Amino acid sequence: MLTVKNLYASVEGKEILRGINLQVNPGEVHAIMGPNGSGKSTLSAVIAGNEDYLVEKGEITLNGEDLSEDDAEQRAHKGVFLSFQYPVEIPGVTVTNFIKTAINASRKAKGLEDMPAKDMLKNIREKAALLEIDSKFLSRSLNEGFSGGEKKRNEIFQMAMLEPKLAILDETDSGLDIDALKIVAHGVNKLKSKDNAVIVITHYQRLLDHIVPDFVHVLHNGRIVKSGTKELAHELEAKGYDWIKQLAD
Amino acid sequence: MDLKEKLISSFMAFEEQLDLSSPIHEMRTSSLKQFEKLGFPTKKHEAWKYTSLAKLLKNDYSIFPKKETVIELKDVKKYFLYDIDTYKIVFIDGIYSPFLSDTTHDGIDVCLMSSALSKDKYKATIDKHFNTIANQNDSLTALNTSFTKEGAYIHIFKSVVAEKPIQIIHFSTSDQGPMLLQPRNLIVVEENAQVQIFERHQSLNQHQVLTNSVTEIFASENALVDYYKVQNDLDDASIIDNTYVAQKAKSHVSVHTFSFGGQLIRNNLNFFQKGEYIDSTMKGITIIGEKQHVDHYTLVEHAQPNCESHQDYKGIYADKSVGVFNGKIYVNQIAQKTNAFQKNNNILLDDTATINTKPQLEIFADDVKCSHGCTIGQLDKDAMFYLRSRGIPKKEAKGLLTYAFANNVLESVKIPAIKSRINKLIANKLGVSIGHDL
Ligand SMILES: Nc1ncnc2c1ncn2[C@@H]1O[C@H](COP(=O)(O)OP(=O)(O)O)[C@@H](O)[C@H]1O
Ligand SMILES: [Mg+2]
Repeated sequence: MLTVKNLYASVEGKEILRGINLQVNPGEVHAIMGPNGSGKSTLSAVIAGNEDYLVEKGEITLNGEDLSEDDAEQRAHKGVFLSFQYPVEIPGVTVTNFIKTAINASRKAKGLEDMPAKDMLKNIREKAALLEIDSKFLSRSLNEGFSGGEKKRNEIFQMAMLEPKLAILDETDSGLDIDALKIVAHGVNKLKSKDNAVIVITHYQRLLDHIVPDFVHVLHNGRIVKSGTKELAHELEAKGYDWIKQLAD
Repeated sequence: MDLKEKLISSFMAFEEQLDLSSPIHEMRTSSLKQFEKLGFPTKKHEAWKYTSLAKLLKNDYSIFPKKETVIELKDVKKYFLYDIDTYKIVFIDGIYSPFLSDTTHDGIDVCLMSSALSKDKYKATIDKHFNTIANQNDSLTALNTSFTKEGAYIHIFKSVVAEKPIQIIHFSTSDQGPMLLQPRNLIVVEENAQVQIFERHQSLNQHQVLTNSVTEIFASENALVDYYKVQNDLDDASIIDNTYVAQKAKSHVSVHTFSFGGQLIRNNLNFFQKGEYIDSTMKGITIIGEKQHVDHYTLVEHAQPNCESHQDYKGIYADKSVGVFNGKIYVNQIAQKTNAFQKNNNILLDDTATINTKPQLEIFADDVKCSHGCTIGQLDKDAMFYLRSRGIPKKEAKGLLTYAFANNVLESVKIPAIKSRINKLIANKLGVSIGHDL
C-alpha cells in the first residue's frame, strides 16, 4: 500500500527526516514510536502532502503510484488521511458542513455527483454514533473551543466518514481519558479491513493494547533505528528510549 | 465645463422644477454656495487621502433625471428581499416608482421626501429634523442638500413597532447615459419606537452611475433602529453614502454595511450620541477584487456618560482592490464610563491588494474603556493544510476560510431573511457552496 524509500525532508533549511524506509501492506497496522522531536509528525505531514516541508530525496508511493507531484487534496482523494496531532480550529465552519464539503470534494474528484443529502445525513448519524458523538457537537464550529479529547474524537469521526485507504493517526491518544480512548480505538478497529492500513503514532503502550500493531518502528533523529513486532512496544514501555538512542549513536 | 461648474450652472434649471416657497429651499441655495466654496474633495484632504474621486468626476453626468423608465417586477424581483413581507420605497433613475413600491401612512409614515417637503402635515417634522445633523462643512453633503428633491421619508411614531421591515431600493438604467443620483432620506424614530430598514442601490445594466446619498436618522429615547445596506452593484456603479445618526438616551441603532461590488464605494457613517445608555453598532463586511475600491470612514461621538459603541469591520481583498478603513472615536470630557470598541480585520488574498487602516481616538474622559484593533493578514497556512488534507481543493479551501472569517459579522443581523441572503451573496462571491446551516 504505502512505500517510503530513503526519504529525506527538511523544513526551513533544517534537515529532519534522514533516510526513512517503510513498507506498509494492506490489512496491516504499524506503530511508530520515538522520543519528542524525532520527526514523527514531520513524516506524517510529508506523507499527507504538507508544502511547508521540502522533500530533498527519496520517494513515497501509494499502491505503486508516486505521490511526489500530488497536492494534499489529491493525496486525500487517493485515500490518504491524517489525524492531526494538533487539529486546527476553524471558527465559522461547522463540523457538519466541513465534512460534507470534504466528502463532496472527494466525490467530485472521482467524477461522482454530490452525495444525496439523505445518504449524507444517515452516514453522519451512523458514524457519529460509532464514536459516541452528540449531534449538538456537529453543529459547532470545527474544533473551536473543543477539549483535547473532543478534537481527537472529531478527527476519527472524519476518518470514519472519509473511509481512507491509509490512515495515519498522529498521537490520537494524547488528551483522551481511558473511556474516550476505548471509544476511539473501537472506532478505528471497526473501520479496519484487509484492504486498508493504519499507521499509529504514539508514545504509549495503552493505545496499542486496543489497536494492536503488526509492526512497531522506533524513530530517532529522523531515522527508523529499530523495527519489530508488538513486543518491541512493551520493551520500550519498560525501558524507555535511552537504550534506543545509544543503539543509534 | 467640469462637473462642479455644470452643477452650479444647472441649479437654476433645477429650481424650475421645485416649489420655491418650501421652508427648506433656503437651505438648498445656501448649501450650493457652500459646495461652490468647498468643491469636491481631493486627495489633499486628510479624510480623502486614500480615495480619489478624480476619475469619476470626469464623467459627463446628467444631473437630474429627465424621463421615466419602466421596469417589470419580474426582472428585478431578485434584488428585493422577496421572501418576507415588507414596505417598499423604490426609485428608478431617481424617480419614484409607485408600481414597484408599497408605502403606508397607517400608524407610520413610509413615503417620499418630495411629498414630505410639500405637504403641510409634515412641516413640523421637517423643520425639526431636516438637515440638522448632516455636516454643513462636508462638500458632498452640501451638494446633496442643494439638490434635495427626492428620497425616502420614514416616520415611526411614539411607541410604534413597525411590523414589517422597510426596503429602500434605487435602480438605475443606462437609458440616460452617465448619471448622478442624489437621494435624500429622512428617518425619524420616536420614543420607544422600532424599525428595520434595508437599503440597496442597483444598476440594471453596465453604465456609469454615481450616487451621492445623504441619510439622516433620528432615534429618540429608547428607540431601536436596525439599518442594513447592501452595496453589491455592477462594476461601473459608484456610491458615496453619507449617513448621519443622532441618538437620544437608551436608544439602540445598528448599521450593517455589506460591500461586495461596485467601482468606488465611500461610506461616511457618523453617529452622534446625545444621551446616556446609548448603544451604537457599526458593522461591515467588504469583499472585493479586481480594481474595486471601498472606503469606510466612521465617526462616533460619545457626548454623554454610560454609552457604548461597537465597530466590527471585516475586509477581504483580492486582485488589485483597495480597502480603506478610518474609524474615529471621540469621547467628550463628561462621557465617563464609555465603552468604545473598534475592530477592523482584513485579509489580503493577493499581494497586489492593499488596505489602509487607521483608528483615530480622541478621548477626553478618564474613566473609559476603549479598545481598537486592526489586523491585516493572509489565510492561516495550517488551516489551509488541514482543509486540503481532507480533500478540499485549494481554491475551495480559501473560499471556505475567507467565508468563515467574514461570517461572524452576520451574528448580529436580526432578520433571518437578510442573514441568509447575505450569507448566499458571500458564498457566491467567494465561490463556496454552503449548506444553509453554515
Ligand atoms: N514547521 C516547522 N518549522 C520548524 N521546525 C520544525 C517544524 N516542524 C517540525 N520542526 C522540527 O522538526 C523536528 C521534528 O519535529 P516533529 O516532526 O514534530 O517531531 P515529533 O512529532 O516526533 O515530536 C523538531 O526539532 C521540530 O522542532
Ligand atoms: Mg509529533
